[in-house]
Amino acid sequence: MEELLRITDLDVTFQRAYRTPRSSAGLQEEQGPIRSRPSPAGAAHALRGIDLTLASGEVQALVGESGSGKTVTATCIMGLLPVPPGRINRGSILFQGGELLALSEAERRRIRGRRIAMIFQEPGKCLNPALRNGEQIVEMLVLHLGLERPEAERRALELLERVGLPGGRRVLRGYPHELSGGMKQRLMIAMAVSCSPKLLIADEPTTALDVTLQKQILKLLLGLRQATGMAVLFISHDLGVVHEIAERVSVIYAGRIVEAAGKRELFERPLHPYTRLLLASIPEAGKRGRPLRAIPGSVPDAEHVPAGCSFHPRCPLAESICREEPPDRREYGDGSGPHAAECRLVGKQWPPS
Amino acid sequence: METLNFALRRIARLLLTVLLIATIIFFVIRVIPGDPALVIAGVDSSDADIAAIRARIGTDRPLAVQYADWLWKVARFDFGRSLISDQPVLSLILERFPLTLSLSLLGLLFSIVLAVPLGVLSAVRRWSGWDFLGLGISQVGMAVPSFWLGILLLLGLAVRVPLFPLFGSGGLRHLVLPAVSLGLAQAAIQLRLTRASMIEELAKEYVLTARAKGLTERMVKYKHALKNALLPVITIAGIQLGYMLGGAIIIEQVFSLPGLGRLFLFGIYQRDFPLIQGGVVFVAVVFSLINFAVDLLYAVLNPKIRVR
Repeated sequence: MEELLRITDLDVTFQRAYRTPRSSAGLQEEQGPIRSRPSPAGAAHALRGIDLTLASGEVQALVGESGSGKTVTATCIMGLLPVPPGRINRGSILFQGGELLALSEAERRRIRGRRIAMIFQEPGKCLNPALRNGEQIVEMLVLHLGLERPEAERRALELLERVGLPGGRRVLRGYPHELSGGMKQRLMIAMAVSCSPKLLIADEPTTALDVTLQKQILKLLLGLRQATGMAVLFISHDLGVVHEIAERVSVIYAGRIVEAAGKRELFERPLHPYTRLLLASIPEAGKRGRPLRAIPGSVPDAEHVPAGCSFHPRCPLAESICREEPPDRREYGDGSGPHAAECRLVGKQWPPS
Repeated sequence: METLNFALRRIARLLLTVLLIATIIFFVIRVIPGDPALVIAGVDSSDADIAAIRARIGTDRPLAVQYADWLWKVARFDFGRSLISDQPVLSLILERFPLTLSLSLLGLLFSIVLAVPLGVLSAVRRWSGWDFLGLGISQVGMAVPSFWLGILLLLGLAVRVPLFPLFGSGGLRHLVLPAVSLGLAQAAIQLRLTRASMIEELAKEYVLTARAKGLTERMVKYKHALKNALLPVITIAGIQLGYMLGGAIIIEQVFSLPGLGRLFLFGIYQRDFPLIQGGVVFVAVVFSLINFAVDLLYAVLNPKIRVR
């Protein structure tokens, strides 16, 4: 399959304490109030060399706990990383063969929304409460595709139909607060796919919705992917949802991709202890009455990532070498597709619980 | 139905407010020293003269009777006659109201024109020269009393450099300096509010969405964020218009403008009870109506609270 997106060795830090520059342009202005001067010690290592590839038309999930770097990765692809406090130290993001990180802000803006679109976790907060629903779609069509307004409004109507949002012109004339949570997310999706993007980044798009709505939205996303051939990078912490939608899965932990494989492969033959523990913690109907299994500890603070393998403090298999040297990424694929993992102890016997 | 309900509730509240204010002012001016009969009669009058005047103007009756009598008249829009000039209070007020109103509106216009663009610029270019200019203006505007600013402006722009008339009324030129004096303090508040509100809106998630949609920074800021950021500013500006009607009373003194302020002030000097009472009730009604109008305007602008 044709490669759409290739992220190599992406390394991002956040300066926790920083001072907003007095005269700055673009995205740098909306940061918090004046704080103390940057201190090297205050840097949070959000992404520590991310590698990720996405094929055209592929649905790939990026899975990890809160704070593992999922959203930062998405922000970097979109070109919306706030700088400062964020800083891309090294790495490359190739999109359709072109280096995104080398583009000017104006060039990146033209890609956003048009070739790479994004939807977010809470549609209620992500729609502008003061603008009509229709306008929020139409403005994109006018800006990116250069459509005249009447034409753009016709397209907006079609889009509403495509995302299964009934009500037509009435909805276009209305405001976001009149819509239910599920309808808002459908509207967000309509906006996102309005310019036929090649890549849709969905950052926990179903987390704020109830289970029935989750299913509907997932079905909608898959249907749209089928119809348009766009690729979807589906960011989630919910492996149940991931199992339903993804073709490939990348597992992210403390700013590194620790395992990446086809969905089936990953769910049936997880190699990294973290993935294995994640899978074991999925609640299932069959396990009713038994206590939920949780992974002990929590994702390390990005300011204090453990030395060696970043997972070793929580890993039931960890040996002394894990504390000292970071593991290499190695390929374990067995013919059914690539399967990369970053662990020294792949294949080690699991301790009896 | 909803709209009617809303309007009825608002009118009930308006009437209650006015009644409360009318009651307070009625008793307050009777508690403070000074007797209108003495003012009318003059220094050399006899007790009999004074008693006769009291009987004529009705201040010899028990307080409760006077109060009930006055309220009953006010309810029929009869504010009585001035004790001094014997003209109907309402026509005295309406004669001078246009000047005070235009002064207040002009002051509001000045404050909005100064504060909103500068507040937005301050928020968008934080810690830039514009921001410091804005913060400086708002600090000064809040610290300087309006009457003192008025006197300074007169000294500078009417005496030293005679750009504007020193006193009197008769055109827009006469209102410029008073409006600036009146508006600066309000501009200071609006500026801070606009800045804070804009900063708050720019940090919201829909702004991130707008950027993710690939909109230009100009659209993100001036279309998406600004529309939301102005809502609280409009509310405050409306309330300020009411306050400016009151503030105009002082400024009219500084600039010798024959507005409501001077009318009321002389009314108070001369213990002209009907005039003071009528004036206060009038201002209270206008104030309440302005607030009502602001609520309606806000509802039009904010789709979330739009009354259907």
